[in-house]
Amino acid sequence: MRMMITRIGQWFDFRLQLAAPVREMAEHPVPRNTASWWYVFGSAALVVFILQLVTGILLALVYVPSGAEAWSSLQALNHAVTLGWFVRAMHGWGSNFMVAIVLIHMVQVFLFGAYKFPRELTWTIGVFLLLMTLGMAFSGQVLRFDQDAYWGLGIGASIASRVPILGPAIVRLMLGGPIIAGATLSRFFTLHVFVIPGLLIGCVCLHVLMVLKLGINEWPMPGRIVKRATYMSDYHELTKKNGAPFVPYAIWKDMFFAAFIILAVAACALYFGPFGPTGRPDPTIIQTAPKPDYFFLWLYALLSLLPPSLETPALLIGPVVVIAGLLLLPFLSGEGEKSWKRRPIAVLTVMMIAITLGTFTHLAGYTPWSPHMSAWSGDPVPEQFIHGTTALERQGALIFQVKQCRNCHSLGETGGQRGPSLDSVAVRLTQDQLIRQVIQGGGNMPAYGKNLSPAETTALVAFLETLHPKGQTPAHDAARDVALGDEKPVVQP
Amino acid sequence: MSTKPVLVPASETAISRRGFFMKLGILFNGLAAAVVAVPIVGFLFSAITRGRANGYLSWVQLGKVADFPEGETRLATFRNPYVMPTDGKTADTACWVRHIAGEQFQVFAINCAHLGCPVRWFQQSGLFMCPCHGGAYYSDGSRASGPPERGLFEYPYKIENGLVTIQAGELPTPGAAMAALTGEKPTCA
Repeated sequence: MRMMITRIGQWFDFRLQLAAPVREMAEHPVPRNTASWWYVFGSAALVVFILQLVTGILLALVYVPSGAEAWSSLQALNHAVTLGWFVRAMHGWGSNFMVAIVLIHMVQVFLFGAYKFPRELTWTIGVFLLLMTLGMAFSGQVLRFDQDAYWGLGIGASIASRVPILGPAIVRLMLGGPIIAGATLSRFFTLHVFVIPGLLIGCVCLHVLMVLKLGINEWPMPGRIVKRATYMSDYHELTKKNGAPFVPYAIWKDMFFAAFIILAVAACALYFGPFGPTGRPDPTIIQTAPKPDYFFLWLYALLSLLPPSLETPALLIGPVVVIAGLLLLPFLSGEGEKSWKRRPIAVLTVMMIAITLGTFTHLAGYTPWSPHMSAWSGDPVPEQFIHGTTALERQGALIFQVKQCRNCHSLGETGGQRGPSLDSVAVRLTQDQLIRQVIQGGGNMPAYGKNLSPAETTALVAFLETLHPKGQTPAHDAARDVALGDEKPVVQP
Repeated sequence: MSTKPVLVPASETAISRRGFFMKLGILFNGLAAAVVAVPIVGFLFSAITRGRANGYLSWVQLGKVADFPEGETRLATFRNPYVMPTDGKTADTACWVRHIAGEQFQVFAINCAHLGCPVRWFQQSGLFMCPCHGGAYYSDGSRASGPPERGLFEYPYKIENGLVTIQAGELPTPGAAMAALTGEKPTCA
């Protein structure tokens, strides 16, 4: 039996001639200290990518890339096709994991100085792989053709339209026509299923090939400086003389981690289920607050917080600067220290970017900049603010609700956070200032002058003047008291 | 000693027969590529070229004047004039119709002038509010607060046979032809 298998194997290898190069590849020597848990993220990204290919092909068996039917076919996958929900969940969670692992891999490569000579091109292709991964994430979100996808495309189109001169043409090219419709979905389907995966497969092959040809980056030691003249012989020393074969010396950690990641994706899929689809992509249903998937939440926050005048330059120039910086990195610092212990600026840069993105993502989780559309009808004025008020003040509280002030201002922790909380507004603003602010707006508040009768303004301001903590006197204009001759004794708290 | 014919290497500038045919082959392929590229590029960019002479825009009816009470702002929907068979509900569009008085109207696009999210009208406070990044507009569409750099997009309208009719067909975006078409400039903050 064994003879038989060997002979069949030999028959094939005589024709394929693959056994020798594969064995050479598997047994190529690697520096001993690279058999580390820090070196598993690249192979994990590859494994998740393969998982995405498999689950993506499975989804394409049922999914219909038509503006009219995509949403229903997703519903069918979720509810009618056996285990369709699970495959969708695997693909969705797989994409989250892939973005995360690719980013971790990049940070590790950066901190370990692996992008330096002679691995500059490996890094450059890696940057393109990151961009394509993000492109897959965005186009995948579009294929989940629901309300979020529809309005997300609108946001994409609005950003693209700001490109000088070419903007409108880019929008039409992106949408495949004048509006977000069937043609738009079809072209994002083409990008997500043919164009980007094709490029990804090609670039992944090159990326892995270069890792094999140039060898894995050695563990960085403080003081071991990369020099173009001597690096190759130093590396040869590490691998050929003191190295160990990749299989099985190092690969078992990659295998353990890959299996762990696949199980983690499956566990998330099983426990949390598939992502959406949310509401039907019907633009006449406007009761929606679209939000991007988690890896673009930081951008959502940034677009809300940038000053309006900075937004277009930041959107158009920012990505160019970031991508150019990433591409140029290995050419600007191709030699020198590899160890993060001797590269404080590199470590600080990573920390700063991580904290910034983390903070923006956290903020986007509860969108303090957006009005709460239903706060005015949904969140009552807390009891303690009405207790013991006069009829006029109570009328003011009603106007406060009815005029949707609550959508932007919170009282007792409920309501919008777009504007300041009004729990103690009377301490900050005098009566005159309150009236002026309500009527003229300003500081990012709309003017309500046209929408409030004098009686309503009086009642509203009377209510606002009651909003101060016990024992703290409301602000009042001493000069006005003197001018009007009704000087009051100053209350000492 | 017999004299052998000396092999004279062909000069680098001389063109051999095979070399000539290879160059001709490259030229021939280039020609074929150019011929095929014309329709391919034409197909790829058809979405842009079609709209060049405002080929996407036409007049669509929103409803009778009487459907829009004076002094109020109401949501109206219309089917996009340029439709593909696979569009489904996505070709339906909403807009806000403000009937000022008589035949005076304002028809606002549903899309926020910031990044295109659907704005909602709040009659009580007389504001349009956007759920995405917090843009707000007054009842006449002008910018009230938030990140938008201008007021709401307006469709050109006319009253024909008692029907409110607007010129529509293209997604309004901050940089798009729509703004140029209606002669609007960004409102100053």
